[in-house]
Parts: sequence; C-alpha cells; structure tokens
Amino acid sequence: MSKLSRLLLAIASGLTLLALALPLWRVRLVAPQYPEGLGMEIRANTVRGATEHDLGSINNLNHYIGMKAIEPDEIPDLRVIPWVFAGLALFGAIVAAVGRRPLVIAWLAAFALLGVVGLWDFYRWEYSYGHDLDFQHAIIKVPGMSYQPPLIGSKQLLNFVATSWPASGSFILGAAFLLGVAALVARAPGAAAGTHHLEHAA
Amino acid sequence: MKISFQRSVVAGALSLGVIGLIYACTPRATSGNLLTGDAATRVYVAPGSYDEFYAFLSGGYSGQVAVYGLPSGRLLKTIPVFSQFPEDGYGYNEDSKPMLQTTYGFIPWDDSHHPELSMTDGVPDGRWLFINANNTPRIARIDLTRFETDEIIQIPNSAGGHASPFTTPDSKYVVSATRFSVPIPNTDVAIDSYKQNFKGTLSFITADQPGKMDVAFQILMPGYNYDLGHAGKGPSNGWFFFTSYNSEQANTKLEENASQNDKDFIAAVNYKRAEECVAQGKAKATPSEYFHNWVDSGSRTAKSEKKTSVKMISPADCEGVVYYLPTPKSPHGVDVDPTGEYIVAGGKLATVIPVHSFTKLQKAIADKAFDKVIDGIPVLKYDAVMAGEVQKPGLGPLHTEFDGKGYAYTSMFISSEVVKWKLGTWEVVDRVPTYYSIGHLMIPGGDSKKPWGKYMLAMNKITKDRYLPTGPEMAQSAQLFDISGDKMKLLLDFPTIGEPHYAQAIPASLIKDKQVKFFKLTSNTNPWVTKSEAEGGIARTGKRVDIKMIAIRSHFAPDNLEGVQVGDTVVFHVTNIEQDWDILHGFAVLGMNTSELIIQPGETRSLMWIPKNPGVFPFYCTDFCSALHQEMQGYIRVSPAGSNVKLIANISPKAQAQLNTEAQAKQK
Repeated sequence: MSKLSRLLLAIASGLTLLALALPLWRVRLVAPQYPEGLGMEIRANTVRGATEHDLGSINNLNHYIGMKAIEPDEIPDLRVIPWVFAGLALFGAIVAAVGRRPLVIAWLAAFALLGVVGLWDFYRWEYSYGHDLDFQHAIIKVPGMSYQPPLIGSKQLLNFVATSWPASGSFILGAAFLLGVAALVARAPGAAAGTHHLEHAA
Repeated sequence: MKISFQRSVVAGALSLGVIGLIYACTPRATSGNLLTGDAATRVYVAPGSYDEFYAFLSGGYSGQVAVYGLPSGRLLKTIPVFSQFPEDGYGYNEDSKPMLQTTYGFIPWDDSHHPELSMTDGVPDGRWLFINANNTPRIARIDLTRFETDEIIQIPNSAGGHASPFTTPDSKYVVSATRFSVPIPNTDVAIDSYKQNFKGTLSFITADQPGKMDVAFQILMPGYNYDLGHAGKGPSNGWFFFTSYNSEQANTKLEENASQNDKDFIAAVNYKRAEECVAQGKAKATPSEYFHNWVDSGSRTAKSEKKTSVKMISPADCEGVVYYLPTPKSPHGVDVDPTGEYIVAGGKLATVIPVHSFTKLQKAIADKAFDKVIDGIPVLKYDAVMAGEVQKPGLGPLHTEFDGKGYAYTSMFISSEVVKWKLGTWEVVDRVPTYYSIGHLMIPGGDSKKPWGKYMLAMNKITKDRYLPTGPEMAQSAQLFDISGDKMKLLLDFPTIGEPHYAQAIPASLIKDKQVKFFKLTSNTNPWVTKSEAEGGIARTGKRVDIKMIAIRSHFAPDNLEGVQVGDTVVFHVTNIEQDWDILHGFAVLGMNTSELIIQPGETRSLMWIPKNPGVFPFYCTDFCSALHQEMQGYIRVSPAGSNVKLIANISPKAQAQLNTEAQAKQK
C-alpha cells in the first residue's frame, strides 16, 4: 500500500474519533405554539436538547400522549456506541500502520456493518418511543395514532411536525468511510491506464 | 472490483450532496403574517370616527373587564370589577370598598372569566354586562350607561365559579356552577373521602332587577367538576346546559385521573321544572352565608348585606329537573346554536366535536332511553341524543360560536386554529391558524339568537413572537378575522390586558347614545356631599375628623386645614361640583397609605388617612383638569396628640361672599 493510502486511513481513523464529539442525528419539532421549535441531538454517548431545556420540554409534552421519558442514562446502547467508535478508530490506525489491503477491506466491511446496525438500532429506539405508549396514564389518546419520528425526513405527529436528519458527526463518519475507500483505490499515477482498461472489461 | 470502488466514491459523494440539499429544505414554522390585501383598510378607523362594535374582554387574572373597539382593536376602557384599581380608587376609597366584601372578608383580587351581555328575547340588549369571579365565586353586574360595576353577589356552596355567569334569553337568571366540588356545607373532612362527601352545585341567580340580585335556588349535584354552561333558546328555552368533567371523581392528579372515562356529561337542567319544585316547597332551605353588595345610585356609595339561606333542590326530590347527556371527552365548552336545536360540546380530549339534538333529547326523555340513574339524575343514551359528530375537526376543541348563517366556528387549542363547519351536515368547510393556542373565540352576538356574523375574535393563550418582546411575561394576543365571506380572513393582531378568557361584543349603536356624561349634583344624596364652597368644613367626633371639601377648576375649598392630631383618623370627603362632561378631579395627600380618589363630575368620594407624624402635608389634584391644574392644591396641618391647635378649615373669599348672600336672603 502506498504512503498516500496509509495517510488517508490514518485521517479516516482520526475522523472516526472526532465523530464521538459531534452530534450524529438531529430531530427538530415545530408546532403552531412552538414557532421557535424544539430540538434533540443524538450523540454517540448521549441524547441532549438543542438548547439546555429542550429535552425537558419534549419529555414534558410527551407525557400527554403516554410516551416514556427520554432519559439518556437509561439507554444502554449509548454506553456501548463510544467504544464501537473507538474500536473502529483503533482498528483503522492498526491497518494504516500495517498497510495491507485485505485489512482495509475488513475495516470498511466492519464500518459498513456497524453503520447499518447503528441505524437499525436508532430506528428500533424511535419505534419503541413512538409505539410503547402508556395508555393507562396517557391523557390524549387518538385511536390508531403512534408517534414514531421519521429516521429521515418530516412527519406530522399531532400538532408537531417532526423532522429528522443526520448531523455533522454522521457526515464526518461518511467522510471517514469514503477516505477508507479512497485508500483502497489510491494508486501510483502510472497504474491509472490499467484501471481504465479493466473498467472497459467490466 | 477496484472500479466499483471508484464508482461508489462518486455515488457516495452524490448522495451526500442530495442529503445536504434535503437538509436545507427542513420545514420551518410558518410565519403568521399573511394578510389579505385590504386588511388595513378593513380595520382602519379614521381619527374622530368610531368603531362599529364595543367588545368586552374579560381581564382574566387582572380581575377586570377591558373594553375594546372593533374592528380597530383600540382599548377604550378598563372597568374595575373584582380587583382593586388604584387608577380610579376602586376598592380603595370608602365608597367602593364594600363591593369587595365577602364572607371571607375583604378580597382585593379575583380572576374574571366570562363576560355575558344581558339579553331581551335571546338577543343582547346593551343594558348590562355580567361577569364571574372564578376564585371566590361571585357574579358582578356592570351598568352599560356608566361602564361601572354596580353589583356583586357571592355564590355560596361553591368553589371555582367557572361555569358562570351565562344568561337566560330574558336575563331573568344568570348561573354559576362549582368547578371544584367541595363538602356542602364545607366542613373538615379527609380529602380522600371525596366520593362520599364532595358535591357540586348549579346556582340560578335572579339578575333582571338591578340592586336585587339573589340566589333563586341551587341544585345539588354529584361531585364532578362543572365547567361551562349555556342557556337554551327558542325550542330549548327553559333549559340550561352545563358541561362536567372528572366524572371519575378523582381528588388528586386530575390531569391523568380525570382523563380516564371516554365520556363525561353535559347536565341538561330544566329550570322551569326547578321553579315548579321551588313553588311546591320541594327545595330545602339550607343555611348558607353569602354577601350581596350594590351601589346606591343616589349616594354612589356601595352597601353590603349578608344573606343566610338558600333554597337547595335535590334532583332525587324533583323528578325531571336534570338529565345527563354522555359527551366525549372531558368536555369544556357547551354552546347552543341560534335556533336552539343543537347543543355543541368542546370535548377537549375528544377526536370529534359531538353535537346533541334538543328534539332527540326530548324524545329520549319521553322514551326513557336511560343508561342508568346517578343520584336521581337519569343518564340518557348517547346515540339517542346525538345529532352528529364533526369528524377530524382538529386537536383540542374548546369553544364554539355561530354566525347566524348556518355555520359554527370552533376553537382548537392544541392545533391552534379555528375550524368553520356547517350545522346539520357536520362538514368542515374552512380552517385558519391562530397565534398561538386559542382559548375562547367570539363573534358579536355569537352565542345568541341573532349573531352579527361579520367578525370573529380569537383570544390566544400563547404570544411568543407576535409582538416586540417584553421579557418572560407578555400581553396575550388576540386576532380579528373577517367572517363575512366563505373563507375566514385574518385582519388584525393586537395585545390585550390580563388574560382574556371569553368576550362579548355588541353594535356600538345599542350603547353609545345612552352614556351618562356627569352626575347631577342636585340628585347627589351622599351624606357627605358638599354642594357649594360655603358648605365645606371640618368636624371632629372623638378621634375621627371628617373634612368636607369641593373640587372645581382649579381649587379645593377649603384648602388649609388645621387641628388634626396624630392618632386621629381623617376622612376627606371630596365632591366634584363640576357639571360638565369629562371634567374629573383627583385627590391625594402626602404619605397616605391608599390610592388616590378620582371624582367624576357631581359625585362625592371619601378617602381615609391616618397621619402618623406631626407636620404639614400637601394634597393636590391628580387628574390634569385645567390650565391651572398645578395650582390645585392645599395643606393639612397635623399636630401632636393632645395639642391645643384649633380645628379650622379656611374658607375662600368666594365662599364667604356666598355665605353672606345666603345670610342676607334669610334676613329678607
């Protein structure tokens, strides 16, 4: 592997660590009486409000529909995810040091797999908050209504429009993955013609 | 293999770009300032011109009533009712203090909710405005020739006078129902004995005789929370409808525990039947203390009387007096359409707007279509009384008003909108957002037989970004809509005082030409009136010193007073002897522990002052009255207790001349 590939991988590992410190996903809630909106940030290790009191406000509103309170300390996944990130970063750093192509492929595969599992996990939690409602204590009960926010995009939930999008941490992770891909395909300039030849063959 | 990696780089970059684009399209809150083109001209009232309607908005926790002009939204007056009002001395001066007297003593504040205009044949007539006190249940009557509170009656056996003071079509009665059920009589019992010991009452108060409001009778009800009411009209004349919630009879965490039942009840009261039962002696005289306060028109001073008994009807002893209509869910408002046939509930947690039919109600009673009987009250079958349901109206329906053209307008608190729907077909035909979280809405005459269906006013609970921000506490916002066409159009947005709950409005022509401009001095029967400068003076009775004084542009007479001692109680009785429109005088003395007096032309007002230290204390006119307003002043000297300074009041040369003339006249 070229020096360039190793450098790209090292940067990718660094970015994976950097994503630990950034929000991965944002959920924004806007209602007529909340023109300023309420927001939540999902990070590797916690869920927090867009402002200091947003999460408290969201939980307070959710009690009307019987949704359980979002308590970051009670979501075990948030204690595991930072280690997953750290593990990926460490793995990436080792691959950069060793410089062998099969290891790069293994790193990318692990990265992609963990990404899919992460999104599935996030969806699962959204589903659980939106559907596991305490009807015994719910004040507003609308037959057939559930309150799962979308994974991506906007959705009307009673008087709120919930909008969910990846945030900077996810984009950084995406960039890290792409750098890994780039490390795999990076070649000395002389090898470029062969690539074109193969492309035609494919 | 390698190539596909290259492709994926391109695809990945593209998809990131797409996500970025979508991210930029995240919806923001819609800014609610989309006005129709001619809105400004529709609400512009040119200088010197008048508004089309008087609108009376309750002050909510200010305890007052605010009068606005519509369509301009200009504040015309604040009428003090249940709260002291230092701006004009209401509840501070000796003349009005008795108005705030209750069995709990003098109360300086209350929470005013629902203004109701007096009616003749089901149409507002502009004689009086009634309004309730929510905290310590009372009903006030405001005279609309003077825009003054003339009478307040306390409601016994009640707590939280929220379903009040809705009016019968002939104004014979105004009503009050207990929001909080309480032990009756109120005694020391365990709170968790709620189901055994707590009861509600529905009170009917005679209202058509000024100065003589009284509790005609009360109906003892199961211990639910009674929330709002409206009288029947036309075919349903003689009936009254009250919403109730907490049929669960929870005494703690009502937010949750009183939201369990899918249906609560509207209590339909046949008050003509109640009158019969009272006449037949079926109502029990029940010892109950309450105050009745009223203003004597000649002296313009308030008087109080304590009453000691009410007639209490038990539904079990007066068959046919009350029926329950099952109604989804925790209903708030109950509104009767102009024809008197439809009874619309605002089930605040319901997913439909349920409408009952008076015709079906009568049939259900005749057929005895009862689910069960609660404490002598038959519960009618929902399907037997329901006329229809408005499907998918919005979230959190609260109140409905009518335009007289076959449409109903319902406020939606949670989805923050007004929904217009058609009576009979129950179809939603229009909706508009309000800013934000509307409570009541109001159409002039919109709960009467003949609405003036031109405007609709939304009164909102949340203001946020509507006006220049003023810290955490902001004025509540109101929006005026044009409802003359098929679509509701936003015209105006204006801030209001306190927290308006309900409002009523009436064409200005029904009120404006009967306004009193001043009080005739010759008709002033106040015992402390001073009708001319020569009658002023100072007199001592033990430790009390009474000062009689006139105010006229631009002096008080007398204006130099001596002989008062520390330890005396001094009462200034000031008569404004002007007989001219809008010439008011004020009165305040240095260091007094009360508010000023504002004295209207021809009236006498009394201010009590207990000086604590010797010295000389100036007093002055607080209402800029004339070119020499700043000269309108005087002094009172206070000497130590036991001083031998003589009690004197100076007399002006003009008053001396007047006295001489009178003396000469007597000699002849």
